[in-house]
Amino acid sequence: MAANMKAVKLRIKSVQSTMQITKAMELVASSKLRRAKERSDTCRPYFRELHQTLVDIAEGNTEFSSVYAKKPSGEKCCYVVIAGDRGLAGGYNSNIFKCLEADTAGKDYVVLPVGKKAVEYFRHRNVEILTEDFAVVADISVADCFEIASLLCGEFRAGRFGHIELCYTEFISMLSQRSQVYPMLPLTDLESGKTEKKAVRNLILYEPDSTEVFDAIVPEYLGGLIYGGICDAVASELAARRNAMEAATSNAEDMIERLNLQYNRARQGSITQEITEIIAGAEGV
Amino acid sequence: MSNFPLRIGTPDGLLFEGEVARLVCRSITGDLAVLAGHCNFCTALGMGEAHVVFEDGTTRYAACIGGMLSVMDGTCRVLATTWEWKEDIDANRAQEAKKRAEERLARQGLTDREYANAQAKLNRALVRLSVKN
Repeated sequence: MAANMKAVKLRIKSVQSTMQITKAMELVASSKLRRAKERSDTCRPYFRELHQTLVDIAEGNTEFSSVYAKKPSGEKCCYVVIAGDRGLAGGYNSNIFKCLEADTAGKDYVVLPVGKKAVEYFRHRNVEILTEDFAVVADISVADCFEIASLLCGEFRAGRFGHIELCYTEFISMLSQRSQVYPMLPLTDLESGKTEKKAVRNLILYEPDSTEVFDAIVPEYLGGLIYGGICDAVASELAARRNAMEAATSNAEDMIERLNLQYNRARQGSITQEITEIIAGAEGV
Repeated sequence: MSNFPLRIGTPDGLLFEGEVARLVCRSITGDLAVLAGHCNFCTALGMGEAHVVFEDGTTRYAACIGGMLSVMDGTCRVLATTWEWKEDIDANRAQEAKKRAEERLARQGLTDREYANAQAKLNRALVRLSVKN
């Protein structure tokens, strides 16, 4: 009995220290989350406007002289995958990879991973990686996003791939995040979402001409979109971690309660046994 | 004077949304003004001074760097990399940035990328200063 009691006591202690860690991680995540959410909220209108503008342009566009507006030259895809830097965030990382796998099934693709977990994942799978320079998602600034964008544009123009897609986790609310794949280039990909096309296309005036305008705005657009994606993804990661850690903490609490019960039962059992032994001994005298 | 809806967005948020009478800013080919009733239009923005004239005739100046301008069905959208209203510009910071960029440009042995970066920084600082003054 005494050995059992000791074992239970040790167990309680270890669960308690784990709970301390999960609790601390939860607190850290929620305080970081507030900042990340603010960033994502301020960035969201830009993201939306940018996308809407480009969709409008793509719909109204009748000029296909720019390489960005042409029909894709190749079937190869480039995915910009934004995952987390660390694990212990519930299903956050695995969800994004699952979503990506569903989309890439049977396709030829390269990736540009952002986030340590993404780099590890693709290295492990031997997927062709464009660059690993942007491995730490937490450190990425607006300037880095524009660098990624100009890199992607260069490769796109060189014809290394025909599509560019962004794979990230959209932050819907504290409790719900959705991983999704989002087409970015070429601009003809943007229209495909609409079922009916307008019969009459709007004419748009480009100044000085469409090629030059697209050449100037597409890198900006990509950079803006990637930045928006990263803001959302960071907020999502923290929210996912907070939820996972909250669940872990409450599980640990349950466990401790159960173990305490067990411990008390064992203690009581040993006392009862002792009494029985004493009484038996007294009777024997 | 008739007005048109204008929205100005940057990665730091939607800075302005409302009706204005006139918008003037610098595109990659030069200064341009947008008035109500403009046809569908799209251009890329350069670096330079911009100003917005409201319906009551007041004018607000800003430094506008990079991005795009589009007019779609009468709505004008400015999506800039940075857009700073004159009153938000920190002159001291811009002055320091200018000095730093100049020092860097004066140094020898810069790679092309470093040179371009420093040049861009200097340009940005100059635009900010010219708007502020």
